[in-house]
Amino acid sequence: MSETTSPDKLRVTSLYDLHQACGARMVPFAGYHMPVQFDGVKVEHLWTRSHAGLFDVSHMGPCYLRLIDTSLRGDAAHKAVSALIEQLVPSAIATLKPGQARLTVLLDQYGGILDDLIITRPAEPELQGQLYIVVNGAVKAQDWALFDRTFDGQAELVTADKQCLLALQGPEAEAVLATQIDGCTALSFMQSGLFEWGGQPVRVSRLGYTGEDGFELLVPAGAGIALSQRLLADDRVKPIGLGARDSLRLESGLCLYGHDITADHEPVEAGLQWVIQKSRRESGDFPGAKRILSALQNGPEQKRVGIRPLERAPAREGTEIYHDGQIVGQVTSGGFSPSLEIPIAMGYVRADLGLDGTRIELMVRGKLRPAEICQLPFVQQNYKR
Amino acid sequence: MPIFYTKDHEWISVEGKNATTGITAYAAEQLGDVVFVETPDVGLKVAKGQDMAVVESVKAASDVYAPVGGEVTKSNEALADAPETVNDDPEGEGWFVKLTLSDPSELDELMDAAAYKTFCENA
Repeated sequence: MSETTSPDKLRVTSLYDLHQACGARMVPFAGYHMPVQFDGVKVEHLWTRSHAGLFDVSHMGPCYLRLIDTSLRGDAAHKAVSALIEQLVPSAIATLKPGQARLTVLLDQYGGILDDLIITRPAEPELQGQLYIVVNGAVKAQDWALFDRTFDGQAELVTADKQCLLALQGPEAEAVLATQIDGCTALSFMQSGLFEWGGQPVRVSRLGYTGEDGFELLVPAGAGIALSQRLLADDRVKPIGLGARDSLRLESGLCLYGHDITADHEPVEAGLQWVIQKSRRESGDFPGAKRILSALQNGPEQKRVGIRPLERAPAREGTEIYHDGQIVGQVTSGGFSPSLEIPIAMGYVRADLGLDGTRIELMVRGKLRPAEICQLPFVQQNYKR
Repeated sequence: MPIFYTKDHEWISVEGKNATTGITAYAAEQLGDVVFVETPDVGLKVAKGQDMAVVESVKAASDVYAPVGGEVTKSNEALADAPETVNDDPEGEGWFVKLTLSDPSELDELMDAAAYKTFCENA
């Protein structure tokens, strides 16, 4: 994995000094110095579930893909740029409405998942023929190299990872952001638009990685620092580190790339068949389509599932899963749920064992411990649709 | 009662041949919220440096090592239901294991409070 690099080569985000001032404990992550916690993982987690948490996610890979042929306008321009990206992803991008965002996966030629990403069709008429794309920080260099190779001469990639990418998440996020950015509450879940703060452009997208209602904000670095300070001055907002980001997404059943999804998994066994819209299933024109369509039709050999250890010991990533004395799978993410106060995990099991309530065993420190397959998410998602 | 410290951030409080051990306040602070503790069965014989217990935070699991060799005479079973005690009172109610020492001279290799404080400041 590329999450740890030698500390002297680490990059910093524009919020580095602010994190220090807020008492962050910093760790290397995806090539950056990032805050892992401020007040403590549990407190930050529960605060985000009940109020609003501010996350610095500037290590991620926001970018724009722009059609080079500027003679096209409107829907025609969107169709043309979508046809390019659809060579690499199995989702219908051409059918996105202006301002609509969609989760998808980048596939290799065997249908293995190279990354998960969110692709947005800008709402603004002058931006048709562009896509706003956010890829994972740990793999952004590879993703962008793939875009460059694939779209050479047809579209240009404009990276935006020197800007500040913030996430404001939680049930009070909407009320807090409304005090700063006029009109942003008109967005519903998976919608995005360009707004203004302090005379600077802000791309606001109503989505996130916590299972809560919330927003991601792409803003020029200087304004990002000032906007963060303004948001943190609101009593409803606390800074949240990567520790709570991980426990929040796990409770919400969301995948962490490099762990729950990798190039060894195709989207159907990963439980992400819903990212492949009907039109793409019919056209079958995406990388690895043969394998993926077969998994859709015949069912995958293994399945990503939720796992509830029935004792108190958490089962961490890499824990082997047993059934009837045989190894039937492996935990890919595991920890403790601050909301439910029980250990929770995700992993892959043989497909016939993927039913809710199936008893399994987990090998934790040389001892088999009882556990149960359960539905995802562990905690109900709370999106504003 | 003299208290000694290890480089792995365990403490051991000694009274004759009997000792109580746990993880230090520094270690508890570094771990963050403790959500699970597993302590050994009474009667387990451990060598110095052998893993004898497990402490887990929300994010990660860590081994707790025996500061010196000995035999486990008591485990703090209260931690199973109240692992947060390790954060609240790491060097008191949050103790892990009571031991009888097999070789008290092993204590000579450990740090006293002043040396441990310096060790943490330089960590």
